[in-house]
Amino acid sequence: MVEKALFAIFLEGVFIKNFLIIQFLGLCSFVGVTKDVKSAAGMSGAVIFVMAMAATASYLLYTYILVPTGMTFLDLISFIVVIAALVQLVEFVVRKNIPSLYRSLGIYLPLITTNCAVLGVVLLNVQSEYNFMQSVVFGIAAGVGYTIVMLMMASIRERSSFVSIPSSIRGLPQAFLIATMLSLAFVNYFWVIPI
Amino acid sequence: MSTTTTFIIESMAILGGLGLAVGLMLIFASRKFKVETNPLVEEIISILPGANCGACGFAGCADFADRVVNENAPITGCPVGGFEVAKGIGGILGQEVSESEKQYPFIRCHGGLNCVDRFEYVGFEDCKAVMMLSDGEKGCSYGCMGRGTCVRACPFDALTIGEDRLPHVNKNLCTSCGLCISSCPNDVLVFAKESENVHVRCVSHDKGKTVKEVCTVGCIGCKICEKNCPEQAITVTNFLAVIDQDKCTGCGICVEKCPQNTIEIR
Repeated sequence: MVEKALFAIFLEGVFIKNFLIIQFLGLCSFVGVTKDVKSAAGMSGAVIFVMAMAATASYLLYTYILVPTGMTFLDLISFIVVIAALVQLVEFVVRKNIPSLYRSLGIYLPLITTNCAVLGVVLLNVQSEYNFMQSVVFGIAAGVGYTIVMLMMASIRERSSFVSIPSSIRGLPQAFLIATMLSLAFVNYFWVIPI
Repeated sequence: MSTTTTFIIESMAILGGLGLAVGLMLIFASRKFKVETNPLVEEIISILPGANCGACGFAGCADFADRVVNENAPITGCPVGGFEVAKGIGGILGQEVSESEKQYPFIRCHGGLNCVDRFEYVGFEDCKAVMMLSDGEKGCSYGCMGRGTCVRACPFDALTIGEDRLPHVNKNLCTSCGLCISSCPNDVLVFAKESENVHVRCVSHDKGKTVKEVCTVGCIGCKICEKNCPEQAITVTNFLAVIDQDKCTGCGICVEKCPQNTIEIR
């Protein structure tokens, strides 16, 4: 297997394997927290942070505990345990030491402890057999891709709340229509950048 | 022991050990990083309205409670909770409070359907958007646009746009937070005390002739009210009557004399 450059992995995580609209992971927050840009940005910040942390921790767990003992089939359940505990731990530390960050991120941290997008990052890392740096870069890239789509979606939804549209598709149906068009735009990256 | 049994025991041990290690780590962390919170703050949060409207000037109810306890913010700072909440906070902190009179938003425009439209507006249903298009569709650029920016600003559903295309205040729901007043792009809304019951429902500074052309109920600056007021409480400046609420006794003579029915008693 040819080793991929870190930048290629980054681009892949942000655009080609975008978690929200190519892989369809983490959709509850995609629809739930995109009513205004401010909360979408807060959520995205928390997701970048947790994804990078989860990629780091799960790589160490997988390489140094699960592989030597031959228990790689336990990866899913042990990742869930470790990520949830890690997020909880980070919440404690941030609350104690950086209260201002806790106030802006705090309410979103517990929401993403078991978000499927976070779990998706670590499972994809394992499947792609990434090394440590590659795993961390892919984790951050996935978070950045999530942020871009969340901010785009939130901006569009914020503006489209002024538009007169039939009441039958107001609200969630409208959000799904917007998501479809966003997804179409991103799918084209498959053909534009061949990695 | 068969290999299968060993296998099961091993995987249980690894997962159990992992869970135990993580659990112990969390217990340790929760002890070490415990944040001391002032019980007074929690107590105050529990009696605040919890709408997080920001009318106190702080970022939500929790922040307000924190400032009251730690930074001597005024205990009457919550306009939503009013006297009841101020009394409650005073009870917790051992401070006395005196009651202040409740205020409601007052719509200083009577135009609505009485005011002619210059053109038909099609677009965003919002006062700010309407005003961007050559000061709005109405003949009068001072008045209420009736597109409900204040209605959407109200977190308590106390405002509605009525049949007359003017906002109406439901005093039972209004909490005097003032968000509607700051949202109005034309400064039509102001606070008025409950006891002040005579008001000029116009904000137009246009000359009488201009007002008469576009609005049947606007103030034309004729000074009849100024001359007839026994208390000299009314002054007309820039073609608009202004009532000095400290002098007004609420006799209602101006209401009867006003040729345009601009002055209203409630």
